[in-house]
Amino acid sequence: MAVIDMPAPAERAARAAGSPAGARILIGIAVVLTLAFIVVPVVVIFAQAFARGLAPYLASVTERDTLRAVGLTVLVALLAVPVNVAFGLVAAWAITKFEFRGKKFLLTAIELPFSISPIVAGVAYILVYGSNGLLGPFLEANDLRIMFALPGIVLVTIFVTSPFVVRELVPLMQVQGSDQEEVAATLGASGLQIFWRVTLPNIRWALFYGVVLCTARAIGEFGAVSVVSGHVRGETNTLPLQVELLYHDYNAAGAFAAASTLTLIALATLAIRAVIERRLPRTGRVGH
Amino acid sequence: MSTIALDGAQIVRPRRVLPGFGLTMGATLLYLAVIVLLPVTALVLKSAEIGWDGFWRIVTGPRTLAALKLTFGAAFLATLFNAAYGLLMAWVLTRYRFRGREILDALIDLPFALPTAVAGLALTALYANNGWYGSVLEPAGFPVVYTMVGVAIAMAFTSVPFVVRTVQPVLESIQPEIEEASRTLGAYPGTIFRRVIFPIILPSYLTGCALAFARSLGEFGAVIFIAGNLPFKTEIAALLIYIRLEEFDYPAASAIAAILLAAAFVTLLTTNLLQLWQLRYSRKV
Amino acid sequence: MRQILILGAALALALSPASAQDKPGDILNASYDVARELFQQINPVFAAEWKAKTGQTLEIKQSHNGTSRQARSIVEGLQADVVTFNQATDVQFLAEKGFVAADWQTKFGNNASPFYSFPAFLVRKGNPKNIKDWSDLARADVKAVFPNPKTSGNARYTYLAAYAFGLEQAKGDDAKAQAFVKTVLSNVPVFDTGGRAATTTFVERNIGDVLITFESEVNGIRREYGDKGYEIVIPSLSILGEFPVAVVDRVAARRNTQDVSRAYLEFLYSEAGQDILAKNFNRVHNPAVAEKYKAQFPPVRLVKVEDVFGGWEKATKTHFAEGGVLDQVFVNR
Repeated sequence: MAVIDMPAPAERAARAAGSPAGARILIGIAVVLTLAFIVVPVVVIFAQAFARGLAPYLASVTERDTLRAVGLTVLVALLAVPVNVAFGLVAAWAITKFEFRGKKFLLTAIELPFSISPIVAGVAYILVYGSNGLLGPFLEANDLRIMFALPGIVLVTIFVTSPFVVRELVPLMQVQGSDQEEVAATLGASGLQIFWRVTLPNIRWALFYGVVLCTARAIGEFGAVSVVSGHVRGETNTLPLQVELLYHDYNAAGAFAAASTLTLIALATLAIRAVIERRLPRTGRVGH
Repeated sequence: MSTIALDGAQIVRPRRVLPGFGLTMGATLLYLAVIVLLPVTALVLKSAEIGWDGFWRIVTGPRTLAALKLTFGAAFLATLFNAAYGLLMAWVLTRYRFRGREILDALIDLPFALPTAVAGLALTALYANNGWYGSVLEPAGFPVVYTMVGVAIAMAFTSVPFVVRTVQPVLESIQPEIEEASRTLGAYPGTIFRRVIFPIILPSYLTGCALAFARSLGEFGAVIFIAGNLPFKTEIAALLIYIRLEEFDYPAASAIAAILLAAAFVTLLTTNLLQLWQLRYSRKV
Repeated sequence: MRQILILGAALALALSPASAQDKPGDILNASYDVARELFQQINPVFAAEWKAKTGQTLEIKQSHNGTSRQARSIVEGLQADVVTFNQATDVQFLAEKGFVAADWQTKFGNNASPFYSFPAFLVRKGNPKNIKDWSDLARADVKAVFPNPKTSGNARYTYLAAYAFGLEQAKGDDAKAQAFVKTVLSNVPVFDTGGRAATTTFVERNIGDVLITFESEVNGIRREYGDKGYEIVIPSLSILGEFPVAVVDRVAARRNTQDVSRAYLEFLYSEAGQDILAKNFNRVHNPAVAEKYKAQFPPVRLVKVEDVFGGWEKATKTHFAEGGVLDQVFVNR
């Protein structure tokens, strides 16, 4: 159980917050709730994955289709994340370095994928790229396959992860302002030079954090990918889909083994976040 | 996770010193057009195809209505939970220093980092009648899996970070002097919270709740494992879309999808308005 | 940074699924949900035979889902060379869309159905609720588990079998049969979308007293979970479930896989193919194989959809379409 000790800076605020006894009770409730609600489900995954020992676990995670699912998932992330990094940088630059009408609207549009149900996103993409979709006849005529193949999976992944980098960059770049960049411009630096030498070093940790979040979501996306995947074993099943498939294959242990791999990735994401947190000014990350 | 807040204090610049406006703006708009607007438009067009009458008939069909009721109801329950839990966590994490605080802080993001299908699998295993929680709850008369409560739990789990991450920074930014002044004036801690702190965090608190609600409405991966998918009982809207797709019923799928889309729009709009309100507040404080 | 990226890309390529863009040498079989283990056994045997015959290495890829969904995916662009479904309507849908020959039922033997099965019951150890027949499913103390007839061909057979039983009991009175089916459906605690999800609900989640699914799946579960002591109950009457197969001509023509696709489906009719099918508790027509596995197939009285319901098209319209009998049942619960 947590023990209360208050370093100097937070002391005054903490004292103002109430009596130490009250603090202990609140902290106690918070810790217990978090353990019960968030930590135990994660423990269950590992407990189930190793329920029959280490050997079956290793056999499950090295099974051919599961390995292929890992490969596909990595490939999708490698294709989708750089696209969204480029988009994030470009959009953040446009939004924070210039004033224009409709900025609020633009930000809403950028954030939209975050509020759209992944299933809805998958359906929308089928309505565009499916054989009967808006672009279906054109794609068919040119023998291009988007849906139920790698391009479709990558596209919906790009969609669901598109806000992540922007939303990390915009608040930070807004706080930092454009003074340094403007000085550089006055001194005759070109746009790219300003970006590489001035802006990028200032935002690198926020960018990195955005990439981490984006990657985590790209790896874990389920609903949207499920709609457009076609579920071909060993070919269009990403790791989260493989989890569901194994679960229905009389292979709960295998499903939990695959799930535990994804959980490890999630935990690694959190660890990276904790490290970056220390390097990042608090104002930058949280947007105020 | 916070929303992008515009810095209201930023001075409007009369001229553009920096290069690249045309290029970056053009690229951003093109990207948005292809990735976001094109599919959203296709969806709207598809549901418009069936006409207003057809649309109305589908959305007011008993099964659709039941699914929407369940989805909104469970999302509301989940948001209620997160409103309480999120506020508590934000408070504890910003106001107290204790061993393990950083770990607790990091754990809040776990539901975002964890793939939803994995979360669904884990929650189902946990709350099922042969799981760690379910084996206690179910004999006690609280079945969770395959009930609305189960749906709400899955939604609550996947949207945990919203409230915490929007309230936390605001709480942190409140000057201790304000509270000290009220204390000196003889106010009780409860009164200080109610009269001084709560009004300040209210806009971001509501924003966090709205985002959590929006996310819960659309949640699919975590819910389908735990819901049992019983039509009229535990079938969420996102799943009904999926089922309509499986039945080749594209108009119905797009009509229900359009409802969820509209809900997402409204929520985003609300949060943006809330943020404007917050800016006004932060200037006053 | 760049090195990391290159390394990552190389790694992804090394791990990525052998990119199967239209090379001859692989075919995709889009199949029904609970056929996973079956085709995992069939595919390597056929691949070996094909290699011996033609020298070509063949990879047979599998996709399993509700067959309505599979048909839809194919129409939307899923590149399946063959379909092995559990219901004729979904193949018919492909035929209407021009993906499968209009006369697909004549292309292979037995109405293009290499094997057959029927909905049977799986009950818990010792049959504690003493479930013997469809009439027991209407008892208030019995909870039956089967998937959603709206999305699962498997469950449509279950629904129709129960209905046929009700009709027979009521001497052809439709209203009484409907009332019977309503009672049965109201005893279903969970409607999963696919057959395998229903199995998981029954086995892993311990929900329900009886699981209703194909005889082959029922036996598969009993074998897979031998320690749980499940028992099989064959009802007094059930409905003939056919498992139609077809080459998806439009895809196969484009990918130039007609020959291998056809050979693959023909293999299902061969002695070796029928043997694997029967070993997995699917009933087959080959006399020699049927004789060999006689012991594991108790006699059963099967009625046909054509005879009781006037064919699938009519059955779909009356029972499963929007506003059909099934919807009325769901509304009334």
